[in-house]
Amino acid sequence: MTLADQQLRYRPMDAVAPALAERPQAAEKVRARDVSVFYGEKQALFGVDLDIPRNKVTALIGPSGCCKSTFLRCINRMNDTIPTARVTGSIILDDVDIYSPAIDVVELRARVGMVFQKPNPFPKSIFENVAYGPRIHGMTRSKPELEQLVQGSLRRAGLWNEVKDRLHEPGTGLSGGQQQRLCIARAIATRPEVLLMDEPCSALDPIATAVIEELIDELRQNFTIVIVTHSMQQAARVSQQTAFFHLGKLIEHGETPDIFSNPREKQTEDYITGKIG
Amino acid sequence: MSAGLLFLVLAILAVAGYLSGRWRAAAGGDTRALHSRTTYHGLAVALAALLAGIVTFVLLNLLATVAPEIGSRFVAIASIALALAAFVAVWARITPAFRARNLVETIVLGLLLLAATVAIFTTAAIVLSLVFSTARFFGQYSWSEFFFGTVWSPAFQGVSRLGMLPLLWGTLYVSAIALAVAVPIGLFTAIFLTQYASPRFRRAAKPAIEILAGIPTIVYGLFALVTVGPILRDWFAQPTGLGSSSASVMTAGLVMGIMLIPFVSSLSDDIITAVPRAMREGSLGLGATQSETIRRVIIPAALPGIVGAVLLAASRAIGETMIVVLGAGAAAQLSLNPFEAMTTITVKIVSQLTGDTDFNSPETLVAFALGITLFVLTLGMNVLALYIVRRYREQYE
Amino acid sequence: MTDATFVPAALDPERRAALTRRRYAAEKRFRLYGVGAIGVSIAALVLLLVSVLGGGLPAFTQTFVRAQIYLDPAVLDPSGTRDPDGIRKVLTFAYAPLIKRSLETATAELQPTVPGITPALLAGMVSDGAPAQLRNYVIANPDSIGETVEFEFLANGRIDQYVKGNITRESSAGDARLDPAQLDAADRLLEAGVMELRFNPAFITNPDASENRPEAAGLGVALIGSAYMMLIVLVLSLPIGVAASIYLEEFAAKSWLTDVIEVNISNLAAVPSIVFGILGLAFFINFMNLPMSAPIVGGLVLTLMTLPTIIIATRAALKSVPPSIKEAALGVGASKMQAIFHHVLPLAMPGILTGTIIGLAQALGETAPLLLIGMVAFVKDFPAGLPDGLFDPATALPVQVYNFTQRADPAFVERASGAIIVLLVFLVAMNTVAIVLRQKLERTW
Repeated sequence: MTLADQQLRYRPMDAVAPALAERPQAAEKVRARDVSVFYGEKQALFGVDLDIPRNKVTALIGPSGCCKSTFLRCINRMNDTIPTARVTGSIILDDVDIYSPAIDVVELRARVGMVFQKPNPFPKSIFENVAYGPRIHGMTRSKPELEQLVQGSLRRAGLWNEVKDRLHEPGTGLSGGQQQRLCIARAIATRPEVLLMDEPCSALDPIATAVIEELIDELRQNFTIVIVTHSMQQAARVSQQTAFFHLGKLIEHGETPDIFSNPREKQTEDYITGKIG
Repeated sequence: MSAGLLFLVLAILAVAGYLSGRWRAAAGGDTRALHSRTTYHGLAVALAALLAGIVTFVLLNLLATVAPEIGSRFVAIASIALALAAFVAVWARITPAFRARNLVETIVLGLLLLAATVAIFTTAAIVLSLVFSTARFFGQYSWSEFFFGTVWSPAFQGVSRLGMLPLLWGTLYVSAIALAVAVPIGLFTAIFLTQYASPRFRRAAKPAIEILAGIPTIVYGLFALVTVGPILRDWFAQPTGLGSSSASVMTAGLVMGIMLIPFVSSLSDDIITAVPRAMREGSLGLGATQSETIRRVIIPAALPGIVGAVLLAASRAIGETMIVVLGAGAAAQLSLNPFEAMTTITVKIVSQLTGDTDFNSPETLVAFALGITLFVLTLGMNVLALYIVRRYREQYE
Repeated sequence: MTDATFVPAALDPERRAALTRRRYAAEKRFRLYGVGAIGVSIAALVLLLVSVLGGGLPAFTQTFVRAQIYLDPAVLDPSGTRDPDGIRKVLTFAYAPLIKRSLETATAELQPTVPGITPALLAGMVSDGAPAQLRNYVIANPDSIGETVEFEFLANGRIDQYVKGNITRESSAGDARLDPAQLDAADRLLEAGVMELRFNPAFITNPDASENRPEAAGLGVALIGSAYMMLIVLVLSLPIGVAASIYLEEFAAKSWLTDVIEVNISNLAAVPSIVFGILGLAFFINFMNLPMSAPIVGGLVLTLMTLPTIIIATRAALKSVPPSIKEAALGVGASKMQAIFHHVLPLAMPGILTGTIIGLAQALGETAPLLLIGMVAFVKDFPAGLPDGLFDPATALPVQVYNFTQRADPAFVERASGAIIVLLVFLVAMNTVAIVLRQKLERTW
């Protein structure tokens, strides 16, 4: 069954979950229970249980190949785009299981945005890049409203002052760091509740990285952020919660300062002190 | 002496050269002391003799076309004499220090280069044969009447009117219909195969499409003649009163469109696949549906490449011959009705150059002027298309 | 820095649901276009194959008439000496009455008799080539004169088409060459088993036949012409193509000459095939004085057309051999030439062969350029053996298809489709070999 087949069967999310605002706000935004991922015959992720708190930054760390990104991609079902991938277990967003058959992936992804490892602006103008999400989701009723939303998103991503005079130039003409902030602006323009970031700074130089890190800290006021990072320093700088993955298993998670100063597990300590990795 | 016998003599010389060269190199006793292995000494003698003979033969024959007093006997004797001279010259140089391998490799490299330049000679021969005869044609017929004339009526009694416009119109009309069929269908086929189909279906469908692209055009031509033409005439043209001929622009255009589908789809397939996966994920990650991603991100990103592919397809359509010969008809006219028989540049090249032809009459020579028009037209489109496609590839590398 | 816009706003659920429905409807539509496009392509292909196969398979069968012929010595050997020269002097013309007489007897034996049938009409039911067939037999077997021998003649093209169901009594009503009585006779002869429709190998082996004898036309000359040309293409384009590729891939420095060659190759690959025909006519025939209609010219033209294909395939194959192989050879002191010829080239061979076969398959189906170099002429004599046969007139398989379509008698359409089946069989075989070769020999690094 292809992705499109699946999509066609789903009804809008609101039909399943009544108005979001009326619900009591639990401390956890996302709860993963016994999540496993298989690529064909091979199991990549083994029974992960993890709670992701609301309006905080949760960092996923671990050596490369430990499937942090695989887990991240489960949260907005991007794994659906890989034909051989299969996900078991459940991920609860607020109080809806996003893997239940009634869920509409398209709407889910509007609520759970994603920023990728390599900046991937569309080959369109800066304005069109940011306006893309609101346009396809029909979020604005008029042109001025859309312009306002684009401006707000660019401001929020700290890019407005740099690009306000060249909104209609191609997004691919920006520097790497600017491109990545454009991608963040593009992701937040659909007003997601959760923002997933897959090593957003790995392709950037240290100065651009510092700008993005600062931005992440500001964004958590409005968004629940999950960030995959290779750099322990970055995890320590930007996150409040840290989860350590190793060989497809979640080894340990908790408050970031605790994980770094006082790990409970031997493997975590080995990783943090540089013995494995 | 016939050329066959001459080449036999040269071949014998070469074999003798190989054997005696090896023998002479090995005669010193210890072959380890040689700079090159004995085989290379043999090859050096053989190649030198063979090349000297063949080069002399070719050069003298070329000379003979301007100076007929050079007889074939003289050519043969001179070729063999020079081959022998080269044989002896190399053979005499064989010593342990003789760099036979370097000599052989230099000769081989020269041969490789010669093979590579065949492409240049081919293009040159095409251009020269077109230009010379076209110049003769314009010596007998006004160029402005050829390029801007609206009547095509060759008459071998001498009052021909050879205006190209009706042929150009037919060519463009047929090509336009073909593209109108092939581009949407080919593009959607490529989109389906790259974006929606399961890997298994794709693995089966791609080679099938490649085989389709290998069906000779004469097959499509016959299809137009015996199947599509009569169907269109009996079901559309005659009931609507638009025409009564089974050969028509529509027949040729539809069949040519079918022929171009695999061409367009496999080019577009490559181009769409070249759009980085990150682009697609970026859009899906924002909650776009597949079709939104394709229409708003993938197609715009692939657009230059697709334009290049369409240009290549158009150039194929313009140069296609057999389908229009069998499907479009032979009547040169400027008409808008697609169910009427019209004719194209390629059809007229065939009809003016087959059968009894007199290479001094404008009615025959006009084919070369048509040929050069076709050549320039398709060449221009190809160069433009390749340029666009290359620029597009660079963008994602 | 908080911005009011960024409080996640709950959209009006109803509006949102409607929008989502619209978006999925669009998604479904778009997908349907894709399915439709593939459906149309497949339908067109099926129609093409059905029309060619359906139209062409009957060409492999033919209607034969069996007849007992009394080889009358009074007619065939007036001198009575059985002298071969004397027998040869008797023209084909004299043999026709023997056939007429025999058929008359055969029809008379049918009870009840067929009304309206005359001996002349009866004789018209066998091929015009029958007397010649009889004469050839008699010349080869002079001793048979005076005996009664059973012969099988091809039925006339019209009768054959009637037996195959391609023409009916209604459709042939106004046909001057077909009398309704002949159709009655044909029905009766079929019942009696004197006439039958069966496999006809002569369609493959016979040479072409004239306008009046579609029943005898075959593909023999075309097959030999195509085979000769493929031989030339293989012998010339493989070494030249491989040599050019080795030069460009391994030796060529970045220079204007290399650029010119590269541009030329990519453009030659896209030059319309008819232009190569003009080249053949103007350069090989008018300038170099090679004969018209000869396989040598066709082979040379097709070689030039095939070269780009082979060069592109060979270069891809050479590129796919990892540089480490060449470096290993260079490392033990081989020259660059040795490294390439001893190591890189053998490893690239599967790719080169696949490309060559595909190039040959393209060349085999090429028609337009051959029209211009005179291969469209009517050739009924087989070309000589190699190498002289390269200079004899011949046709080629795809050109023979075109030739058949240009004849007035509709019986030739069937033969054109039949010729295409033969052509497609060759192409499928070649492509299959190429694919199998690629899968068997291809290695992944």
